[in-house]
Amino acid sequence: MRLEPRTDTPLALRLLAPVGAVAAALALCALLVAWTGAPVLRAYGLLFEGAVGSRFALTETLTRATPLILTGLAAAVAFRAKLWNIGAEGQLYMGALAAVVVGGGMLDLPAWALIPVVMIAGMAAGGVTLLGPAVLKVRFGVDEVVTTLLLNFVVLLLVSMLLEGALKDPMGMGWPQSAPVVEAAELPKLVARTRLHAGLAIALGLSVLLWLVDTRTIWGYENRAVGANPRAAAFAGMPVTRVMLRTALLSGGLAGLAGAAEVCGLKGYLTLDLSPGFGYNGIVVAMLAQLHPIGVVGAALFIAGIFVGADAMSRAMPVPNYIADVLVAASLLCMLVAGLLARYRLRRG
Amino acid sequence: MDFLSILLDILLSAAFWTAVLRIATPYVLGTLGELVCERAGVLNLGIEGIMTLGAMAGWMAVYQGADLWTGVLVAAACGALLGLLHAALTVPLGLSQHVTGIGVTLLGTSLSYFVYRLVLPQASTPPTVEPFQPLALPGALAQTPLTYLAFLLVVAVAYVLYRTPVGLAVRMVGENPAAAEAQGLNVTAIRIGAVVAGSALMALAGAFLTLSAFNAFFFNMVNGRGWICIALVVFASWRPGKALLGALLFAVFDALQLRLQQASGGVLPYQLFLMMPYLLSILALVLVARRASYPRALMIPYRKGER
Repeated sequence: MRLEPRTDTPLALRLLAPVGAVAAALALCALLVAWTGAPVLRAYGLLFEGAVGSRFALTETLTRATPLILTGLAAAVAFRAKLWNIGAEGQLYMGALAAVVVGGGMLDLPAWALIPVVMIAGMAAGGVTLLGPAVLKVRFGVDEVVTTLLLNFVVLLLVSMLLEGALKDPMGMGWPQSAPVVEAAELPKLVARTRLHAGLAIALGLSVLLWLVDTRTIWGYENRAVGANPRAAAFAGMPVTRVMLRTALLSGGLAGLAGAAEVCGLKGYLTLDLSPGFGYNGIVVAMLAQLHPIGVVGAALFIAGIFVGADAMSRAMPVPNYIADVLVAASLLCMLVAGLLARYRLRRG
Repeated sequence: MDFLSILLDILLSAAFWTAVLRIATPYVLGTLGELVCERAGVLNLGIEGIMTLGAMAGWMAVYQGADLWTGVLVAAACGALLGLLHAALTVPLGLSQHVTGIGVTLLGTSLSYFVYRLVLPQASTPPTVEPFQPLALPGALAQTPLTYLAFLLVVAVAYVLYRTPVGLAVRMVGENPAAAEAQGLNVTAIRIGAVVAGSALMALAGAFLTLSAFNAFFFNMVNGRGWICIALVVFASWRPGKALLGALLFAVFDALQLRLQQASGGVLPYQLFLMMPYLLSILALVLVARRASYPRALMIPYRKGER
């Protein structure tokens, strides 16, 4: 048996790949659920119901999907240019940090002016955080995978330090949390009496925008060319270093925006448990979407549904909610294989 | 007391060097494991998850009544299994080593947490086991058996890599797989073998955490140690002896930041000290990046007959 590249991958196959991968992951994790002794079909039924079964469940899933769309886009734009940004978690926290600093009452602006300022501050903080590793990569040839991963830990310690020091909320009863952002910096709710906020609209808008940039502009063309073959792109006169650096700013910026939107849309203030791994799960989102900006939305909704649904399911039966994390990891690995099968065909001999 | 005399006091105490050897152990094992994988041409970003699974599985086996050495073997076996998964996806299938590795890390970590929670649904304080005891030797030599095992393994890995045909084969598939194939070597099998063996070593690093350094399993207990090992491999230019030196040097700084943190008496935020290991690793990468002589075929999948 050997693998032979397909000359072109039909759209149906590209769409089928993530569906097949998810089905395979669900089947594999069914073994794990069965091992716990819980009835598998009922467990998955409860998971599905918990994710989309009611108005409340649906808005919770959409709320959860918001940061995942943004970190998914962050991974997608970076991976497209072969910039292995595994630091979205840290960039997200830097964005959140910028949001509580800028939106914490420092500026006395009306909401229509303050919200954009806070969001842009979050993006800038996230972007600059990735710019460091990107500069080290293009200037000194330092592998960005390890530097971005290590920076996640540095950023979390920095946030912890500030939450116990300069940014500590004096009214916070001694908890390590920041003071809340001012009311004018809060993102409006999309649906009354739910947690769903305007961050979702921003995320959806950006995924469409990025898709347009990617397919309709020279910028997007350069990004794709550099990702496909940096040497050929350089030979064709493209500014490879500049493309790398602006991709870093964009990718880090998207992750930073995720953090700012979580603070201003959902939590109101910053704590050390703002993100239950949104940065890392963004990588899974991007891979399930095959790095396509519109596909990211679908993939993020799926991952969000798994997490929200698993929480509901684990309340009803003795299956730990870490099953969601296992499902997500299994989906990523299955997706890699499914993507391979979409791009290659198996040949005998 | 001024800074220098504090520093001198720390460096002259036996307790400090005991701590250095203890802190170095998981880095020695993890770096060695990653080095074996990378020497065969496969980057293994699964290390963080493999260490977590090793820590959980080894501890769980002992908690369920197995003896300590059985726990160590269980950890190694679990690590080898995750390594086999990473190898199966990256070697014969040639999938992205970056993304597969992240996937293996996510899987190893989440599986560990899932199993731990399943067995211990409402453990608020983590239950403990009786860990390895330090040998009755004077001064800094009073280490647990796993530390001695780690240092012996450095010698063993160095010997195998440089003095045996197996080691030559491993290095060859990492440098020039086509030439290895021409010599009649099975590139796929050798790469898979190296990744499985390396992953077992990584899992030992995890087992050391729960069975020697501590006596319980905590969430997030690996805490980036795996990523630091990847930096240490680069720092060591893919050589076992230098890996040992790197891990020791790193442990000296880590032990020193702990002591200085205590000596500073809260003048500086403790987080600043805790950042040091990660920042040092980044600095080390920058310093050696220019003259890094990485295995030529690292991260390049090999398919028979394709160029």
